[in-house]
Amino acid sequence: MSVGLLYALAGAALFAIGLAGLLALPHLLRKILAFNILGSGAFLILVGLGQRDGSVDPVPQAMVLTGIVVAIAATALALALARQLLELTGRMQLPEDRADAETDDA
Amino acid sequence: MRRVLPVVIVALAALLGVALAAAMLALPPHAVRLPDDVAANIAVSGVAHPITAVLLNFRGYDTLLEIAVLLLALFGVLALVKSHAARAAHPAHPLLQTLARLLAPLMVLVAGYLLWVGASAPGGAFQAGAVLAAAGVLLRLAGLLPAWAAPALLLRVGLVLGLLVFIAVAAAVLGHATLLTYPPALAGGLILTIEAALTLSIGLTLAALYLASTEVRP
Repeated sequence: MSVGLLYALAGAALFAIGLAGLLALPHLLRKILAFNILGSGAFLILVGLGQRDGSVDPVPQAMVLTGIVVAIAATALALALARQLLELTGRMQLPEDRADAETDDA
Repeated sequence: MRRVLPVVIVALAALLGVALAAAMLALPPHAVRLPDDVAANIAVSGVAHPITAVLLNFRGYDTLLEIAVLLLALFGVLALVKSHAARAAHPAHPLLQTLARLLAPLMVLVAGYLLWVGASAPGGAFQAGAVLAAAGVLLRLAGLLPAWAAPALLLRVGLVLGLLVFIAVAAAVLGHATLLTYPPALAGGLILTIEAALTLSIGLTLAALYLASTEVRP
């Protein structure tokens, strides 16, 4: 097994951890962190698979560099939105879905 | 139901991770050899480093859209921040202020080096921009910069300069060939021009993403 493949496998593990966190954790800051872990996993998979035969492939590396910047931008916007929600509602959680909300009201 | 759900989610995510790993282990060798294509065309790209060649020449369109996305995210953040007048910074410890004053010019120098070296070695506009942004954040944390809730005209010009220069170059070479295909003789200079403008804009945008939303609570 090459080092590149090992990076890709670690990326798959990070992707799964991030996905679980994104879906299962209610706190928005944790969701944003989990989303970043998920993204890092995807980047590791791209770069790792690109060099699993030993030679470095510049194309996925350039794609990941682009992806990192977009991820930073998305994270900053997500944090600003989460903060706005905190100021408006005093909670760092997304509102529950309609059926649950009606049960809570009743 | 509420207690069972996280367990189900974790189990499904673990299953997905195992399936991904199995798929990677079963992958056949590369069918397309992109590094060979890059190596074959690097001589006409205007730069010597393959990643910079891919970013600014072969896949320049990605980078053009990327800087646009960065700017859009900043617009979103600025729209959400309540527009106070530029908040005065909270003075930090004198030692931190002195350190930040010493480090900031060095970081600008490092950014300039990273920008220049990107043509032939790891480096380039994004790394240089990240160092510039770090200098901005450091100055803010040391209490030497006010918040940027409402950027003034000069700052706004700096924020959009990278995207505008990129679009201007793309439009200027449009008559030559397809979008963002530079004439080989001019490629090096054009890429350096774009990268210099990108460095400034990326540095300012990344710093502004932080500086626009920091609030100093008394």
